[in-house]
Amino acid sequence: MLDNPEVPHQDETLPSADDGYQPSARRLERERLHRARTRRAIAVAAASTLVTVGVLYLAVTHAPGWPRTRETFLNAHYARIALPQVLKGLWLNVRLLVCCGALILVFGMLLALARTLRGPVFFPLRALATAYVDFFRGLPLIICLLGVVFGVPALRLQGVTNNPVVLGGAALVLTYSAYVAEVFRAGIETVHPSQRAAARSLGLTGAQAMRYVVLPQAVRRVVPPLLNDLVSLQKDTGLVSIAGAVDAVYAAQIITGESFNYTPYVVAGLVFVALTIPMTRFTDWVTARMNRRQSQGGAV
Amino acid sequence: MTQVVLRMEAVRKSYGPTVVLRDVDLEVPQHTVTALIGASGSGKSTLLRCANLLEEVDDGAIFLDGEEITDPRADQNAVRRRIGVVFQAYNLFPHMTVLDNITLAPRRVHRMSRAQAEEQARELLARLGLADKAGEYPDRLSGGQQQRVAIVRALAGRPRLLLLDEITAALDPELVGEVLSVVRDLKEQGMTMVIATHEMGFARDVADQVCFLDGGVVLERGAPQEVFGAPREERTRRFLRRIVEAGRL
Ligand SMILES: Nc1ncnc2c1ncn2[C@@H]1O[C@H](COP(=O)(O)OP(=O)(O)OP(=O)(O)O)[C@@H](O)[C@H]1O
Ligand SMILES: [Mg+2]
Repeated sequence: MLDNPEVPHQDETLPSADDGYQPSARRLERERLHRARTRRAIAVAAASTLVTVGVLYLAVTHAPGWPRTRETFLNAHYARIALPQVLKGLWLNVRLLVCCGALILVFGMLLALARTLRGPVFFPLRALATAYVDFFRGLPLIICLLGVVFGVPALRLQGVTNNPVVLGGAALVLTYSAYVAEVFRAGIETVHPSQRAAARSLGLTGAQAMRYVVLPQAVRRVVPPLLNDLVSLQKDTGLVSIAGAVDAVYAAQIITGESFNYTPYVVAGLVFVALTIPMTRFTDWVTARMNRRQSQGGAV
Repeated sequence: MTQVVLRMEAVRKSYGPTVVLRDVDLEVPQHTVTALIGASGSGKSTLLRCANLLEEVDDGAIFLDGEEITDPRADQNAVRRRIGVVFQAYNLFPHMTVLDNITLAPRRVHRMSRAQAEEQARELLARLGLADKAGEYPDRLSGGQQQRVAIVRALAGRPRLLLLDEITAALDPELVGEVLSVVRDLKEQGMTMVIATHEMGFARDVADQVCFLDGGVVLERGAPQEVFGAPREERTRRFLRRIVEAGRL
């Protein structure tokens, strides 16, 4: 098509590093000042943290009810009894997280896509998706959970399970799909319309433009908020305990019910935190990696 | 008798109350270059977007190779496959490498095999002096390089007609030359093109036909030496005077 290979092509020539450069005294002095300022900032931060922690510690341990509180909430004996049970229950939370998480991503994406459909033909679908999201985003999770877990068995439908884990999981999926749909939709809307126009101008169909051009960019941008929702979902799997499923929270509740000691709850709480921290770090890592790999401002 | 590739007949387009194109007629014969000139907001981009069916015209008709493409029954995707577009802002896909940007349409639209599409892409890249950039992401390229990639992407679909919308507006003068020489080469190879541009010198050089748009109307059209040398309309003269004063001609 093009026969002329002699198209001007510019090569950037960067200054080479080994040109005998010696940092000047001014630069060395500046760097020394930077280091001094950093050291001072760290010292101030460390001191203020120590003071805050110390004050809190003294305030709590000198509270009039402290000995009794320590006995009921921080009892080593009950902690040892509770830990294995709580961990066994936690396995259920983890399984719920994985299964529900996968379903939520799929349903959330479908809802978001339904809401971006254009044209009067799709009005019913679009309206339905919008109504769904509006409803389940506003409905408190606990009410949704109670409704599903106790409402569905009350219907005595043939062939529908009464398993509290399945029903609790279904409630989580119902609510979280609505959140995640909004996250996806926000992502889709941040992709500049010119990207779609460029794709269409190449002859791609609307669906192809969505699949190959818009969605990949949209999904990349919403990974951090999505992982945030996932962390939140992980905590909320603890709510299936109200349906009677023996998860980490319910396991703690059983022991507390027998002993009238609240330490198992503290243990369960700490176990959840321990599970969340790696996920939060993972979120940070993914975000940082994405930012390094390519800036998203890109060509608009 | 030369074939007419693109023809517009009394095309009208408005956004709400503002009429952007008014009774626009245009004929683009095969192997010729048409330059659209005119002030900012005169409707150049809109005209190109209508030709590519990115915008629906309100009235009038557009024909590609004699076939009406503004007919609601026309296959819009098939029409767009035959028209290549390069946008002012490149509009490369930031999440894809240069190679993927170029091979997307050949593979997904023209159903070319990956190997074949990549071979063609590399060949085009090499001819535009971008052989070593195939694996880069667009944001690691200079403006001129990005614009040349956009041109390669438009060419990869082997279009019948190429629409170029102010493809040098975002570039500094050095890079402008780089991109314009690519367009000159394309003209030599017989590509039919419509170019919206503010580069009057370039329009005079490369165009076979110049159309001066003013307020959505083609006020004056003709060979470059006529429009630039002896404009008939007072408004054209005024526009050209402003351009000359700005040192762009
Ligand atoms: N999507 C839109 N909605 C409303 N008005 C629009 C839209 N696109 C363009 N216009 C208006 O149409 C007119 C023509 O715009 P157009 O982009 O075609 O001008 P242009 O000749 O390409 O200008 P420039 O040289 O600055 O690119 C302008 O007044 C603009 O405000
Ligand atoms: Mg324009």
